[in-house]
Amino acid sequence: MSLLFALLFYGATLILVGGVAYRIYEYARTPAPLKIPTTPAPTTTGGVALRMFREVVFFESLFKSNLWIWALGWLFHGALALVLLRHLRYFTEPVNFIIAFIQPFGMYAGFAMAAGLAGLWARRLLVERIRYISTPSDHLMLALLLGIAITGLAMKFLMHTDVVAVKSFFLGLMVFEINPLPAHPGLYLHLGMVALLMIVFPVSKLLHAPGVFFSPTRNQVDNPRETRHLAPWAAKFEAKN
Amino acid sequence: MADENTPVAAAPAAKPAAAKPPEKAKVVAPTYREFPTIPALKLDAMVESNPYVAAAGHNEAIGFPGTLVDGWEQKAVAKMGELLGKYRSLRVYMDACVHCGACTDKCHYFIGTGDPKNMPVARQDLMRSVYRRYFTLPGKLFPKLVGARDMSKDVLDDWFRYYNQCSECRRCSVFCPYGIDTAEVTMAAKEIMHSVGHGHKYVNEIIGKVHKIGNNLGLPGPALENTLEGLEEDVLEDTGAAVKYPLDMQGAEVLLVTPSADFFAEPHVDSLIGYGKVFHAAGISWTLSSKASEAGNFGMFIGNYEQMQKIAMRVREAALELGVKRIVVGECGHAWRVAYAFWNTLTGIGAGANDPFAIQLQKQLDPNYKQPSHICEVTWDLIQAGRLKFNKEANDHRIVTFHDSCNVARGSRMGEYAGGQFDIPRNIIRAVANHYVDMSEATTREKTFCCGGGGGLLTDELLDLRVKGALPRMEALNEIVQDKGVNFMATICAICKAQFTKVLPYYGFKMSMVGGVHQLVSTAIVLNSEQ
Ligand code: SF4
Ligand code: SF4
Ligand code: SF4
Repeated sequence: MSLLFALLFYGATLILVGGVAYRIYEYARTPAPLKIPTTPAPTTTGGVALRMFREVVFFESLFKSNLWIWALGWLFHGALALVLLRHLRYFTEPVNFIIAFIQPFGMYAGFAMAAGLAGLWARRLLVERIRYISTPSDHLMLALLLGIAITGLAMKFLMHTDVVAVKSFFLGLMVFEINPLPAHPGLYLHLGMVALLMIVFPVSKLLHAPGVFFSPTRNQVDNPRETRHLAPWAAKFEAKN
Repeated sequence: MADENTPVAAAPAAKPAAAKPPEKAKVVAPTYREFPTIPALKLDAMVESNPYVAAAGHNEAIGFPGTLVDGWEQKAVAKMGELLGKYRSLRVYMDACVHCGACTDKCHYFIGTGDPKNMPVARQDLMRSVYRRYFTLPGKLFPKLVGARDMSKDVLDDWFRYYNQCSECRRCSVFCPYGIDTAEVTMAAKEIMHSVGHGHKYVNEIIGKVHKIGNNLGLPGPALENTLEGLEEDVLEDTGAAVKYPLDMQGAEVLLVTPSADFFAEPHVDSLIGYGKVFHAAGISWTLSSKASEAGNFGMFIGNYEQMQKIAMRVREAALELGVKRIVVGECGHAWRVAYAFWNTLTGIGAGANDPFAIQLQKQLDPNYKQPSHICEVTWDLIQAGRLKFNKEANDHRIVTFHDSCNVARGSRMGEYAGGQFDIPRNIIRAVANHYVDMSEATTREKTFCCGGGGGLLTDELLDLRVKGALPRMEALNEIVQDKGVNFMATICAICKAQFTKVLPYYGFKMSMVGGVHQLVSTAIVLNSEQ
């Protein structure tokens, strides 16, 4: 079983890193031939950096748009960030002091994360408009995330697993050694779902994470009269004129 | 004719549904919502909306296949692949949507019709479903799971119907956490449909006219000349000032490019009269061009770069031929977006170029002015410099509000800082009129609602859609008409003016209630009659 999970995680990591890198390469390679920032937009690069920061950290547009989705979404993403940071302790030795410091918060963030997900799912089921636009994959994605959160919490609070062994398994993976993973059904479930999430990341809507940085309506500087902006494929038309 | 606007009778009928529609009795305005609640879904409410397919002649005249080509399914998918490689917006937006639903209640067409396919995300999904089928692994393996669909006649019909129910107003993009702009998707869909021979009649006919005659309305040079002479006589009679409306005048300082509706449509022409008075009062020599007698650029509406560039190129050519130092754009929403945001890219009208093509023009243009400038920027600069005088009382019969045209609000800028496009027109109005009131802030500035007629939908066969799409704007207007007695809605877009003139009566308002910002300027400006 340890071997199986080791292979699974190597594969999943490869797919996640390779897939997302490829997507980013595709986004970066595709030109944005016209200036299309949604105005009013910053007129300087610094301003754009600030706009992106507010967008990525505070979900500024979502805040303008719908407070419920904003609150639930922010709760989920904020909690997820804490939980991920907390999990760094399984990959580092000695554990960084900041990571050690957030351990207790990360623990409760697990509940916040589950609550946020449950709330988002409830909206997806109950709000007619959102139900209309939902596909089966939207529900499955929520199920997967919620499953990960619940199994994680269960291992913390209900049926403990040997976290020291888990840590040695992952530290081992990082130096290509396979150490035994505790035989624990909750752990198997948890890790299996995490690997699945990593695998589907590059072909799913999770691409919103890298995508937001490439959105021309958000990342362009509003200066079309001051500088000429020309994509290579569009420049070719000029030769004809 | 400079100003024959009679004050509009105070409160129009409160219940718009009861108002008598002027023609076509079957088109009825929806009732105002008690509170701006989100409508319940009405499946297929607008499935009967039936934009006319362009005839072969209209498609071919602008370089597209005449009718739906053989094997169009594969060709459409191939075209989608091409566009995914050319437009980062489309590329990213097809992947990034998480179906969060934040945009679902933001579109005026959804609010007015309740048809779920008019929710921005659902409109995108009409294309995203096809994208997933042909360009993503899960869509190829498990189409049902991710809502992927084959390209089929049903899909094409849905596209034609619902991408012609989007005015490309970008309101949804303001509210999306990833900035997903449905207008970009709509444009791509129209580009794909055109490439396989399935164009929209109204838009293609107009693009044909621009190329053939020089403007959207098909007014030939001599007709323009006549109209302009007529205006000069009218203004002289009204004001005693010999204001000139020059055409093709070599060596003028300013080339004014304005929507052709300004030449004769009401109330548009009153703004054209106003531009002339501003230049006259400031002593700036200016000219119109018969070659570039149209600011509008319907190439944008169909998302076709080549067409958009070809149409814009006329302005460059006219500027080079006439030797002007400045290029100024009249009151037109999408035209200003194209001019402000795209002209530098498309034609080199702007600054900061380092390639010979653009430098040729940029060295001719005066670097002391923004190129191009909006007529409102020109007027506001002159007001600030103290070069215009007004008799504000002349506008006292009006209580004015301002409709932010969506293309100006969310696709462009005026002046030096972000948001100048909101302040400058309002500043001008306050400088020329004593009574000004804003509409609800949920419907102005970056959150403004489209008039309901933009994006190439200003055609009679879509009247039902246009009336319904105007609902949120009409609600906001009605509120201040009731509370503040507003009787004039100023705007700076030719399409907005035409659309409102048509739909206001369905909501029980007088159509003369809408007009241009420069119509107000025209009413109040003090001219030196000796000149
Ligand atoms: S661009 Fe405007 S019309 Fe089109 S979907 Fe978005 S809000 Fe609606
Ligand atoms: S707001 Fe953006 S991400 Fe959310 S459903 Fe609409 S388009 Fe998709
Ligand atoms: S007509 Fe006016 S409000 Fe409507 S799309 Fe154009 S600019 Fe926007």
